[in-house]
Amino acid sequence: MDAELIAMQLFSGVALGAILIMVALGLSIIFGMLGVVNFAHGALFMIGAYAGLWVASLTGSFWWGLLIAPIAIGAFGMLIERFLIRPLYKRSIDDPLLLTFGLGYVLVEAVRIVFGSDGIPFQTPPELAGVADLGIGFFPIYRLFVVAVVAVILVLLWLGLEKTKFGLIVRAGAKDPQIMRVLGVDIAKVWLLVFGLGIGLTALGGVLAAPMRNVNPEMGSLVLAEAFVVTVIGGMGSLVGAVVAGLLVGVAISMTALFAPEMATIVMFALMALVLLVRPHGLFGKPVRG
Amino acid sequence: MTDKSKGLPSLTRRATLAGLAAGGATLAMPGILRAQGETIRIGFPTPLTGPFAAEAKDQVKSAELAVKLINDKGGIAGRKVELLVRDDKLNAGEAATRTLELIEKDKVHAIVGALSSAVQLAVNEVTRARGIIYVSISQSDTINEIKDFSRFTFHEALNPHMTTAAVAKHTFKKDSKVAYLVADYAYGHEMLRGFKRAQQAIGATSVGEILHPFGAADYSTFMPRLRSMRPDILCICNFGRDQANSVKQAVDFGMNRQSKIVVPVLLHNQRLAIGPEAFEGVIGGANYYWGLEDTIPTAKSFNDAFKAANGGAYPTDYGAYGFSGVYSLLLAMEKAGGTDTDKVIAALEALKYDIAKGPQHYRKCDHQSVQSVLVLESKKKAEMKNEADLFKVLATEPASETILRSCSELGFPA
Repeated sequence: MDAELIAMQLFSGVALGAILIMVALGLSIIFGMLGVVNFAHGALFMIGAYAGLWVASLTGSFWWGLLIAPIAIGAFGMLIERFLIRPLYKRSIDDPLLLTFGLGYVLVEAVRIVFGSDGIPFQTPPELAGVADLGIGFFPIYRLFVVAVVAVILVLLWLGLEKTKFGLIVRAGAKDPQIMRVLGVDIAKVWLLVFGLGIGLTALGGVLAAPMRNVNPEMGSLVLAEAFVVTVIGGMGSLVGAVVAGLLVGVAISMTALFAPEMATIVMFALMALVLLVRPHGLFGKPVRG
Repeated sequence: MTDKSKGLPSLTRRATLAGLAAGGATLAMPGILRAQGETIRIGFPTPLTGPFAAEAKDQVKSAELAVKLINDKGGIAGRKVELLVRDDKLNAGEAATRTLELIEKDKVHAIVGALSSAVQLAVNEVTRARGIIYVSISQSDTINEIKDFSRFTFHEALNPHMTTAAVAKHTFKKDSKVAYLVADYAYGHEMLRGFKRAQQAIGATSVGEILHPFGAADYSTFMPRLRSMRPDILCICNFGRDQANSVKQAVDFGMNRQSKIVVPVLLHNQRLAIGPEAFEGVIGGANYYWGLEDTIPTAKSFNDAFKAANGGAYPTDYGAYGFSGVYSLLLAMEKAGGTDTDKVIAALEALKYDIAKGPQHYRKCDHQSVQSVLVLESKKKAEMKNEADLFKVLATEPASETILRSCSELGFPA
């Protein structure tokens, strides 16, 4: 087993983690702020991929799909928050959970009706096709692009949360929404935007994943399970946790694939169980009150 | 691109009333329950949901076509034929339950179906225990072996042994270095076993085998190691969406530059779902391809009938199994003059049929359908004459018992 192969495998793991981070971030941000466990997150990832495909086929360019689909699906997410989830905030935490769980099924079924259940080809954009020589081995240029996009998004997100007024409100709102209301902040508007942002991120993940995988109505269900594992490991509600855990899970899958490939799927669940035993609130999560 | 399982029997008010009346009559006169006019019911469990749904739906469409063609000719000995489709969800337990239900509650006369080797063996257990005829249309080697043999079971699908032997013959060479990426369940294992047997006979060598979890969406983590094996041939043994995703990602990683990508079964629907670019030059086996119509008249008539019934769509490989599985069974029932189990078994064993792909017959010892194996290569986009023109037929391994394992090797007395 040479060092180059292990380095390559580590890198594959990071690239794999990049998509997981996009999905887990949205999941975590929505839970952290709104207290909603969004079970429709995987379905919206899938909708993002279909929307990207649709826009790309209309415009003839992947880039328009990459730009427009996350914004459009993010806006769609805001509609979901405004009209479906908001009326349930005063009730128990189970109600939004059940609602999004059902919504996930509805969305998958709607896509089956409109686009069929067989899956649709989505070609790698020609300008990003091919492989690059990394010195340690060859890697698809498109996957390098995905890692770059995710890195840029993370930097933007960090700047937005740390350096803007809106970010300040978001961070304060996550700590104590009651005080924010007293201070005259329209917290409902903040939640609306945060939900839209979370959904936009997962939709972007869907568009980014589309050229690597078959676009089909079920593509979100596996991703949702993986993203939940990532958020649980990282700590529900922690953005840093989602990023670190996403990379951790990606690398764990990748290294297992090298030494015990048939265990590659199960390893993340083992990792989650281990983390829960040692730190029940996840690596970066706050201990649950009450 | 809509998708509806058309043709599932829908109940009209009139039919319901008629059914109620008939039910009442049956209760009143149990003695003549199995009257002349009783409908022949064929149970059809198949994974309508899950990763093999595309293939399953084609099976249903083609099976319905077989039933329609027979009914249009007046049925069997004056009796209508009805297909009862059930979703087995690609789950052995679910399939066993649905099959039992079809036998006990719906009183089917035979079962045709299943699309995964493990699920098929579960159906086989139930039908063997209940003494019901089962025509299996999913690849399996073990179903031929004496341990799993049931005299009620006929295997219409190709088996991994004959498929891999044909594919290896036209792709492996002496001293070829072969790397295997294999789905970690019965199908993958059986295909790997077949390829390794063929590889040994040809004089090729294995440079590594990687088992991957069934249903994985990402294969990138397997690629660096596969590349480091420096194979001449990358042999990917998996099915359904796993094939689509793994072939596409292998090509993304440039594996097709250093190696020829070979699969046991080159799937029509997965090639459609991924597009010509990723599959370009990939070679694999098949039971059926519509392009056979250039040389085989029954392929032409099957294609035409299928297209007429399905709005111009072409039949697929796994679809053809649904057709030939149901049609061969109905032909045997016709010969037997009804549904008497022993008579139908005898008729199936004696049947010579050519209904879609040239001559076929069920071998007496293991009830395997002796048939041709196609070796296909996926076309370049520029070579495609139309949307369905996916493959080039590289070779046809003719129907012959010599491409099967011998009866004695399978454990049957000589």
